[in-house]
Amino acid sequence: MGILEVKGVNKRFGGLQALGDVNLSVQENTVHAIIGPNGAGKSTLLNCLVGKLIPDTGSVMFDGQSVLGRKPHEINQMGISRVFQTPEIFSDLTVMENVLIPCFAKRDGAFRMHAYESVASEKEVIERAEAMLEDVNMLDKRHMHSASMSRGDKRRLEMAMCLVQEPKLLLLDEPTAGMARADTNNTIDLLKEINEKRDITMAIIEHDMHVVFSLAERITVLAQGTPLVEDTPENIKGHPKVQEAYLGQAH
Amino acid sequence: MLGIDKKDRNLLVVVAVLALAAPFILNPFPAGSELAQFNAGYPDLMQRFVIFGIFAIGFNILFGLTGYLSFGHAAFLGVGSYSAVWMFKLLSMNVLPAIILSVIVAGLFSLLIGFVSLRRSGIYFSILTLAFAQMSFNLAYSVLTPITNGETGLQLTLNDPRVLGSSATADGSIPVTNLFGLEMRSTYEMEVGAWLFQFNAGYYLCAFIMLAAFYLAMRIFRSPFGMMLRAIKTNQTRLNYTGLNSRPYTLAAFVISGMYAGLAGGLMASMDPLAGAERMQWTASGEVVLMTILGGAGTMLGPVLGAGFIKYFENIFSKINDSVLHGWFAFLPDGMENALVTIVHPFVGKGWHLTLGLLFMAVVIFLPGGLIEGGQRIAKMFKKKKGSSSDDDSEHSPKQAPHVAE
Amino acid sequence: MDAILLQTLNGLDKGSAYALIALGLTLIFGTLGVVNFAHGALFMIGSFCAVTLSRLLTLSFETVDPTKTDFLGNPAKVKTPYVEAWFGPEAGGTIIDWAVPLAIIFAIPVMIAIGYAMERGLIKHFYKRPHADQILVTFGLAIVLQEVIKYFFGANPIPTPAPEVFKGSFDFGMLIGMDANAVIYPYWRMVYFFFAALIIGGVFAFLQFTTFGMVVRAGMADRETVGLLGINIDRKFTIMFGIAAAVAGLAGVMYTPINSPNYHMGMDFLVLSFVVVVVGGMGSLPGAVLAGFMLGILESFASMNAIKAIIPGIDQIIIYVVAIVILLTRPRGLMGRKGVMED
Repeated sequence: MGILEVKGVNKRFGGLQALGDVNLSVQENTVHAIIGPNGAGKSTLLNCLVGKLIPDTGSVMFDGQSVLGRKPHEINQMGISRVFQTPEIFSDLTVMENVLIPCFAKRDGAFRMHAYESVASEKEVIERAEAMLEDVNMLDKRHMHSASMSRGDKRRLEMAMCLVQEPKLLLLDEPTAGMARADTNNTIDLLKEINEKRDITMAIIEHDMHVVFSLAERITVLAQGTPLVEDTPENIKGHPKVQEAYLGQAH
Repeated sequence: MLGIDKKDRNLLVVVAVLALAAPFILNPFPAGSELAQFNAGYPDLMQRFVIFGIFAIGFNILFGLTGYLSFGHAAFLGVGSYSAVWMFKLLSMNVLPAIILSVIVAGLFSLLIGFVSLRRSGIYFSILTLAFAQMSFNLAYSVLTPITNGETGLQLTLNDPRVLGSSATADGSIPVTNLFGLEMRSTYEMEVGAWLFQFNAGYYLCAFIMLAAFYLAMRIFRSPFGMMLRAIKTNQTRLNYTGLNSRPYTLAAFVISGMYAGLAGGLMASMDPLAGAERMQWTASGEVVLMTILGGAGTMLGPVLGAGFIKYFENIFSKINDSVLHGWFAFLPDGMENALVTIVHPFVGKGWHLTLGLLFMAVVIFLPGGLIEGGQRIAKMFKKKKGSSSDDDSEHSPKQAPHVAE
Repeated sequence: MDAILLQTLNGLDKGSAYALIALGLTLIFGTLGVVNFAHGALFMIGSFCAVTLSRLLTLSFETVDPTKTDFLGNPAKVKTPYVEAWFGPEAGGTIIDWAVPLAIIFAIPVMIAIGYAMERGLIKHFYKRPHADQILVTFGLAIVLQEVIKYFFGANPIPTPAPEVFKGSFDFGMLIGMDANAVIYPYWRMVYFFFAALIIGGVFAFLQFTTFGMVVRAGMADRETVGLLGINIDRKFTIMFGIAAAVAGLAGVMYTPINSPNYHMGMDFLVLSFVVVVVGGMGSLPGAVLAGFMLGILESFASMNAIKAIIPGIDQIIIYVVAIVILLTRPRGLMGRKGVMED
């Protein structure tokens, strides 16, 4: 039984079958990649997992509970954090504040009326956020205005914001999309480092093969809204079906 | 002390000193001198400074922090005024219960309006608040006349059934508002040489309440709650995917700012016990928007500054007539004098709103951070000239200042 | 039946004004993506174009008429408008009488010029700024414009009558075979409605059938792609701003006989027009027109005594109630497109 169990999920947009009978099982403490050519339904699937879309049929169970019908913030509180294609951070806030917010969310839940306490007096939360920034080598930038950072740093910050919540599952939506080779490699290193340092379950949506094969322990190949195969990277590499669906379309 | 850091404490002290010494500061010119008309240290105007300051501080908690632009906050001020006057009519001339009731009623009213309006964001939110406020205004003028007394406005009469207190004083006039016997209108006058300073009980009550309101806003700005509100302004998507529900946060901010507006309305009625529907009109809502932006939205001091600025110049500008202008330019040759008077004339006196409109446009175009940003820029320029180390001078702006983890 | 007809007709003139202002607002919003709080002021300036023209036409010189004496026994001074002196009393009188319709010709270039200046001088710099900033700066501009008008024309409403032929009312009921006096309708309101219909039709035809209009519509749907085609869309949008200003101005010109212009009428109409735009759906031209007429007519029905007896005060709030209900049930308004202004 995996930590995330997707069973028989269908999603139509008008006449378009975006997802057709998707089954997926992500095991705890593994890095699971979901790959596929453009338009394969990767993003739709991801949006069904985080509550942005509701599938027409099927079930999505996380940690023994259904996520269907829950709002994004509720799903996050269940233990799923999400990294976006383009880093979503609080760009008017400082780096430190960016990390403090998820800390508070983790401690206080979806809403707490803590309007009279001062942030500065929350020593434990601050220590935790500092430790996290230390972990991603950003502690020296903690007073920086996050809008003025490089894209790579924004990605790093977003990762820190997700990790500080100690999620049971970290979802990454094409974390290297639009990045130069060097940045991509940095991101891969960062993810590897994270994976080694802590036992974390990751699901990566990606179409860059290089990223996928550097990181993933299991790979699911999605084509036209349906999973083709699920296997280890070694087996996927030589799989004829995958080459047909993926390379055949890409080249 | 007080749970705020040193910088904030200094700011609070400055505001407190300014507020408490206002009767001196605002009366720099000797009474009876030609410049005495620019004195603002009389009770009526000083009360307006701090009351609108409270209104703007509250509005800033919503707009400055969350970015939700409400065009209907005057409705809460109006409701606060009505509640206070009713308290005077029915219960007692003591201002305390009246103020408390006006805050509660405005809070409930803003809870209702906020609950509905906050289902939408952006311009839709602005229009919804505008629609609710205009609706309240129209209703106050028409159907709700038994409660609001329509166009005449709600006033005290000699027949009010005041439970704690009498309907009329011994000499047959309407009793005045007081705080446990201290009459709001009582004023102590002090003559120092040619100067006349007025210390009004009502003003000091308002000033103390304003200081409390300012301190409370400061706590909110520096709290995790305030940080969440700023996060909402920046990126609601990220906030939701961080496990936070933005709706209760925005609603709480809306209600808090509504209660501030109600407090301002209650105080207004406590100083002068009448309430009219025009206080709820959307132009009144627009005014608090002007104050907040002009001073600097999202900054601590900005709204108070904006409120004071607008109320002061509204009062002073409207007093400048042609003869005053001629007085100013008298040193010039006649032709030039007349020409200058003609040029300046449309902008002063009754033309104050024209000046305000132009000023406001200039601020939005060139100084989005308001007067505070202007002050900071000037301060920076001076610092550079002096050649001292230019530590980022962003004391009042939460946007740039890292207040945490020092 | 006749009551329903009467209220529908009564709602038409106000509905026409709402529709025209909302149309202009939507044109500006759809093409330039700017929320223009000064649009009501353009409507108001249009009204004052009519006032100005009627004042210009009645500019007079004084002569002494020896045949008459005033109450003191002195020879009476008679004012003769220049227009009458030039064209003879007959023709001159007619020109003065027709000041309001003539103001259309006067207002079009004036309004286009004002619109053009507004866009080039101010609005242009706000395309990239947040909507809140656009609202604020145009709000400031609206204050300035109305204060300028107040400075020149004073604070009191200035009655400006319709031509003599259109004064009075006619029995609309009789025309369609109902009892006499059942449905009495003022001529000018009918004129206003037809005028509005003509303008609305003209704007739609312009957008539908001209190449210019086609480019603008394409730009409204997808600005970037049109820009990539090498078409200078900004220039076209500037012209659209002028046209939107002219539409608002003309709505104001023709409204003067119905409602004597005063300096704050723009703000009064603006609030309602924004409600109209939002109800119709931000960025939808047909939505704006539909919602304008719908709300005008609803308002008229709500002011019926029979309805007011059931729900007191409903006439004061009906538009807002409708707006709130529609916004909450159909977030994009009646005909709004997805993704417009939802940030």
